[in-house]
Amino acid sequence: MNIPMIYALLGITLFSVGLYGLIVREHLLRKILALNIMGSGIFLVLVALGKRSVGDLPDPVPHAMVITGIVVAVSATALALTLMLKLVEVSGSAVLHDAPKERS
Amino acid sequence: MIDFFSILLLLAGALFFLAGTVGLLRFPDLYTRLHALTKADNVGLGLMIAGLALQAESLSAAGKLVLIWGLVLLAGASVAYLIARGALLRGVLPWKR
Amino acid sequence: MEAIDIALGLFDLLLVFLLLWLAWLVMSSEDLFKAIVLFVAFGLLMALVWVRLEAPDIALAEAAIGAGLTGALLMAALDRLNAVKPMPAAAVVTSAKREQPSLPSKVLPLVALVLIVLGLGYALLSLPDVADGLVPNVKEQMAQSGVKNPVTAVLLNFRGYDTLLEMVVLLLALLSVWSLGGVRKLSPRNTNPVLASLCRVLVPVLILVSCYLLWVGADAPGGAFQAGSVLGAAGVLLLLSGWHVEQKILLWPLRFILVLGSGVFIIIAAVLFFTQGGLLTYPVAQAGWLILLLESAATLSIGATLAALFFGGIPKSRVDQ
Repeated sequence: MNIPMIYALLGITLFSVGLYGLIVREHLLRKILALNIMGSGIFLVLVALGKRSVGDLPDPVPHAMVITGIVVAVSATALALTLMLKLVEVSGSAVLHDAPKERS
Repeated sequence: MIDFFSILLLLAGALFFLAGTVGLLRFPDLYTRLHALTKADNVGLGLMIAGLALQAESLSAAGKLVLIWGLVLLAGASVAYLIARGALLRGVLPWKR
Repeated sequence: MEAIDIALGLFDLLLVFLLLWLAWLVMSSEDLFKAIVLFVAFGLLMALVWVRLEAPDIALAEAAIGAGLTGALLMAALDRLNAVKPMPAAAVVTSAKREQPSLPSKVLPLVALVLIVLGLGYALLSLPDVADGLVPNVKEQMAQSGVKNPVTAVLLNFRGYDTLLEMVVLLLALLSVWSLGGVRKLSPRNTNPVLASLCRVLVPVLILVSCYLLWVGADAPGGAFQAGSVLGAAGVLLLLSGWHVEQKILLWPLRFILVLGSGVFIIIAAVLFFTQGGLLTYPVAQAGWLILLLESAATLSIGATLAALFFGGIPKSRVDQ
């Protein structure tokens, strides 16, 4: 068990903790936080696996992917937060409710 | 000799960080905690930076380290003031014995 | 095993433990404000992890975005949330009379969580210990890339079209926020002389740091994304300290900067497509300055887009109002 592998395992655990929060917690802001934590976990797995190369340098391709991923994640977060605020303005609640039966 | 001074400075810095953290955990209210954190951490970071600057490869690398310290001092002091002011405006009362 | 290795190993374990604990607290703490603060701490520790994984480029991006901008966005959203409905978030959840979750609905997600960790963990551990991935390909092509930092070479040269599309994604995110009608202004706060003077000192320094990161990205950790995030952070700081911009400036110049990154990318891609016969295949001699040109445009666009995403409102012309 080497150090990168420990971080890769941390990555999948963070992903699962985020997934758990995404399912269990109701407030949409919490769900957005959960998605961010899941993203961090995925990035961690990518980079940790890129560190398995024999040379002196880790694989730069996952690094580049993760950097773009972080920037995409922050813009997606901003969009999600705006959608949440719009929902609160319309419905008065930051929690998703099941659609009424007769409509669906 | 340089290594010895570096270790000495780093250890002294760590001591200040430890003191600040103990203050953060043990002090009774927001204002005293802020006081402990900002003061102790600013000095602690300064000592750490001095210790690391002794090990720097070039003068410009040491300069960058000192620049970081300056920025942290500036940001730390201002943010501590803003937090304390925000708390006062919200009506958080200072602790009294 | 030397002493330094043992110390670093202990540090790694401490970091792993802290990150797991923080992630759990972010998910489980009742107070949303607390959860956001803990998430910022989580982002800072993630930056440390990137350093430990020898990924300083990511560490820079994470420190600027994961620990800085995302936190600012979340805090601003919480502020707006409280402005929309004054009652605390926790009260809404309890007041909306929902049936107590049954035992299976509490336990099943936990069981699923454990199964996912076990399954993915098994998959990870069954991977070969050594895999070179794309390292040989990158090494082989580095001489032709025009830069010395392999991450920049991948981002702007080998997989330049990824970055091109990413600039478009950023722009799309901002356009979506605007097309939703934007968000309301942050609750008014009296401007503060200390914050204002902090801004006066920090913003020029941040702009300088941004230029430095952009320039140094060619042969050391840094580059357009890190520089753009720092620029975005400077914008957020200005907006927080009550900085006012003339509507005139906001209209066309802002929009021009927002599309500059994708625009320059597309123009260069199109020119290269017709002259070199491939999308974003740089001629070796010109690769260096073409990448610098692309990165400069991208830095401005990323910075402006991130600050505009934080602001959230749509700049309107006088005619529209």
